[in-house]
Amino acid sequence: MPVKIDVNGELVTAYLEGEIDHHSARVMRNDIDSAIERNMPSMLILDFRDISFMDSSGIGLVMGRYKNLKKNNAELHITNTSPQIYKVMKLAGLERLAKIDKVGSK
Amino acid sequence: MITNVLKLVIPSKSSNESFARVAVASFVAQLDPTLEEINDIKTAVSEAVTNCIVHAYKESMGNIYITVQVIDNLTVKIKVRDNGCGIDNIKQAMQPLFTTGGEERAGLGFAVMESFMDKLSVKSKDGKGTVVTMQKKLSIRIS
Repeated sequence: MPVKIDVNGELVTAYLEGEIDHHSARVMRNDIDSAIERNMPSMLILDFRDISFMDSSGIGLVMGRYKNLKKNNAELHITNTSPQIYKVMKLAGLERLAKIDKVGSK
Repeated sequence: MITNVLKLVIPSKSSNESFARVAVASFVAQLDPTLEEINDIKTAVSEAVTNCIVHAYKESMGNIYITVQVIDNLTVKIKVRDNGCGIDNIKQAMQPLFTTGGEERAGLGFAVMESFMDKLSVKSKDGKGTVVTMQKKLSIRIS
């Protein structure tokens, strides 16, 4: 399972696992979207601690979930990004959509 | 002077995206790059190969030809070539956020390649295919 979902009231945390590329992003997207649909969170945390690599497919994944959450006025928070992941997110300007915490910042 | 070469041919299956970037990264690893340099190269290769799969061979299957040249043991030159549909308007394709890949594609593939590598050039012929050439000079390590 590339995504583990943890529900705590209105807070849903998705722990992503493995590598995010065009090949793997589809399964992750479906898992996260069904968790959003089921739980209608007011905040979704995407936890990247177990992601070892991400290319721009990860940006598509994050932006797509952001749009989904926005329909319900819910917030997105990104945590535990490695330097490689943070660099890709920064290039895309994702920090304008969500709060991004680097790995080890909490 | 070209001091080492890797040639790789893989079919455009999305499961090969991971293999392609890891293979190139392992080849480059013998030059003792920094972790950031190796990650930059891995990410750029992943973008180029994904473009072949998602765009060049959209509805079909074809070969992706990857050549990595090491120049003077310091510069890495990577060519990713396909015989796919070609890019209509390269300038537009290279614009950040422009995509024909649908909702879930960010349109940042070329932007990543451009910013993570030192040089990027794209050549394409309608119906014939595309060649992406990118180059990165590694930092000199004191050994």
